[in-house]
Amino acid sequence: MSNEITYLEAIREALFEEMERDPEVFMLGEDIGAFGGAFKVTDGLMAKFGEERVIDSPISEIAIVGAAAGASHMGMRPVVEMQFIDFIANAYDMLTNYVATARYRAFLPCPMVVRGPSGGYVRGGPFHSQNPEAGFIHTPGLKVVYPATAEDAKGLMKAAIRDDDCVLFFEHKYLYRRIKGVMPAGDHVVPIGKARTAREGNDISIITYAATVHKAVEAAERLQAEDGLSVEVIDLRTLSPLDDEAIFNTVRKTNRVMVVHEDTRTGGIAGEITARINESCFAFLDAPVLRVTAHDIPLPYAPALEDFVLPQVDDIVLASRRLAAW
Amino acid sequence: MPPKATRAARKGGSVTPHLGEQLTREQKLQLYYWMRLTRTLEERLVALYRQTKVVGGLFRSLGQEADAVGSCFALEQRDVMSPLIRNMGAMLVKGATPVEILKQYMAKGDSPTRGRELNIHFGDLGEAGKTRGFLGQISPLGDMVPVMAGVTMTFKMRRQDRVGLVYVGDGATSTGAFHEGINFAGVQRLPLVVIVENNGYAYSTPTAKQTAAAQFVDKAIGYGVYGEQVDGNDVLAVYDCTKRAVDRARAGEGVSLLEFMTFRRKGHAEHDNQSYVKPGEVEQWAAENDPIDRYVRVLLDREKVGQAALDEIDARIHREVDEATDIAEASPFPQPHDALVGVYGDRPTEQPLWYREGADVSSLGKERAEGWGTWDASKGGSR
Repeated sequence: MSNEITYLEAIREALFEEMERDPEVFMLGEDIGAFGGAFKVTDGLMAKFGEERVIDSPISEIAIVGAAAGASHMGMRPVVEMQFIDFIANAYDMLTNYVATARYRAFLPCPMVVRGPSGGYVRGGPFHSQNPEAGFIHTPGLKVVYPATAEDAKGLMKAAIRDDDCVLFFEHKYLYRRIKGVMPAGDHVVPIGKARTAREGNDISIITYAATVHKAVEAAERLQAEDGLSVEVIDLRTLSPLDDEAIFNTVRKTNRVMVVHEDTRTGGIAGEITARINESCFAFLDAPVLRVTAHDIPLPYAPALEDFVLPQVDDIVLASRRLAAW
Repeated sequence: MPPKATRAARKGGSVTPHLGEQLTREQKLQLYYWMRLTRTLEERLVALYRQTKVVGGLFRSLGQEADAVGSCFALEQRDVMSPLIRNMGAMLVKGATPVEILKQYMAKGDSPTRGRELNIHFGDLGEAGKTRGFLGQISPLGDMVPVMAGVTMTFKMRRQDRVGLVYVGDGATSTGAFHEGINFAGVQRLPLVVIVENNGYAYSTPTAKQTAAAQFVDKAIGYGVYGEQVDGNDVLAVYDCTKRAVDRARAGEGVSLLEFMTFRRKGHAEHDNQSYVKPGEVEQWAAENDPIDRYVRVLLDREKVGQAALDEIDARIHREVDEATDIAEASPFPQPHDALVGVYGDRPTEQPLWYREGADVSSLGKERAEGWGTWDASKGGSR
C-alpha cells in the first residue's frame, strides 16, 4: 500500500505534528539535530524547526533529563531522546528521585517525554539491546508506554507529548523498519493506559507488548493451524498504568494465561501481572499463569547466544501447548 | 576569561569598606534583618526540635547566613533561585515565610508540601509576578543544577529577562549531576549563576577528601565559565560578587561559578556532634568570623546605625517568630488518606489497598468457587 509508513516514520510523523501544533514542544538529545539521530527518528526536524527547538546536547543523560524537568515546570513540553534506551540508567536518579516525585512533593508537573530505541533481536550486545522498563514501572509518578504497531507508535507518541506527566516512551528498534501501518486520518491519538486485542481467541490468552506481540501472533497462527488452538493475544501498549480490566477480561474469557516479554525474567512485569491475576481472578484460572521471558542473562552479541537468551516463537508455541494441556 | 580568584580571608577581618556601594541604607538594614531572622528562626527550630515538635532532622546554617542572604539579595523578584539545605536565608529573602518553614519542619497538613516533604524542601515556581521564584531542592546532591539549567533555558528560549541562581555545597561538586549540569548550562550559555558554598565539610568529609583541586573556583576554567571566589562571611562582598554574576547572566554572558568561603559551625544536622572537626575550630570561627557580628560592626561603625535601630529589628524578628510559631503549632497534621492524592495529573487519587479500606470482612473465606477443593484423585474423572 502506497501510504503505508514504518514504525519509525510513524514516530517521526508524531513528532513533526506535535511540534507544529504546539510551540512549547521541543527536542533535546545527543546527535538528534544536524545528524537526525542515531536511527534518524528526528531526521528533518532541525531543518524545519531550527536549532532552538531541536537541541544537540552534550553526552549528558542526567543533564538533559534534568533540564527537561526544569523546562517542563515552566510550561514547556520537552521530548528527550536517549540515543539507546540502555543509557537511561544514567538518568535513573533524575527520573525516579526528581521527576517522578515532583508533582506529589512539590505540585510541579513534569509534562515531558523520554524516548529511545529499545530492545533486542538486533545483535546489539549488552548495551544496545536492553529493556529496562521494569525499574520505571516500579516507580510511582512515571508512565511507561511500549508500542508494537506503527499506528500505536504514532498515536501513543502524540498522547505522551500531550500528557501532563512524564511518559517514558520505549521504541522497539527491531520494529523500526520491519513493521508498517496506514495511519488513521486526522489527529490520531491513542489513549495511554488502554490495552488492545491483537488477536481474538478462546482457548488461551497471551499477554504481551512490543516486539513479542508479533512473535505471539505468529505462534498463535501456528497453534491454530497445527493444534486447532484458539489463542488470544493482548497487546498491553501501556505498562504503567496497567490496563487491569483488559487483563482480567481475557483471563475470565479463556481461563488459561501466559505472559510473554523480552525483558529478563526475575522482577520483570510478568511477575506483577501474574500477581494481579492471582489476587483478582484466582477462581477463573484453570491453570497456573506461565511466563515466557528472556533468561536472566546480560544480553550477548553472537546470534546463537542472543537467540538462545531471548524468547522465540518456538518457546511460545511450546509453552502454549503446556498451558492448554494443563 | 580566566576566573578571578579573589582569595578570601578565611577568618577575621572586617567587611571590606568599599563594598555594597550600590545598596541604600535601607537595603543594608534589610540584609541585617534577613540574616538575623535566619538565625533566630533556626534557634526557634532547635527549641521545637528538643520538644520533639520537629518531626525529622534539623539543618542549621549557623555562621553561613551571610552567604545565603547576601547572594539571594542580588536577584530581582522575577528571577528564580534554587536553595540547598543551608540556604534558608536565601529562601526568606525570596519570600518564604517563617510560618511555612515551621509548618514544614513540623510536618503539618497545611505546610507548603502538605506534609509530604521535609524541612526547607519546598518552592514556589512559575510565572514572574505570580510566583515568588524559588524551586525546592531534593536530597540527591547536584540534581538541582541540571533542573535549573532547564528553568533558565526557558528564559533564554522565551527571551525573558530572568536569571537563575542555584546553590550547591562543596560535596555536591563531586556528583555527576553537578558536572553535567554546569557543563550543559555553559555550552548553552544559559543565564545561570552556580554558587559553591565551601563550608569545609560535606557531612563529615573535609574538602581535602572531596577534590584534588586546590580550590573549587578553579573548576570554572574547565567549564569555560566565569569564576570568582569570595569571603562568604562578608555579606556585602557576597552581594557584590553575586550581583556581578547576575548582571553578566542578564547581559547574555552566560554561566558563572562562584565559590563562597565559609564554615559550617554546626553538624550536618542536629544529631551530628562534629567529632571529626579539629578541636577549637568551631569556637574560633564563632569568636572571630561570625557573619552577623562582622556586619553589625560595619553598620555601627561605618553606616552610623544606632544600636537602638538594630535592637528594634531584633525585637520585631522575635515578635514575628513567636507569632509564626503559634500559627504553626495550632495547625493540623494531615489526614492519613491525604497520602493518596496527587501522584498523577489525570488520576486525582490512588486507591487504598483493600486491607486498609472497604474490605468486607463477612466475605473473607467465602471467595472460593463452589466445588473447589472437593475433587479427589482416587475417584478419577480428571482429564
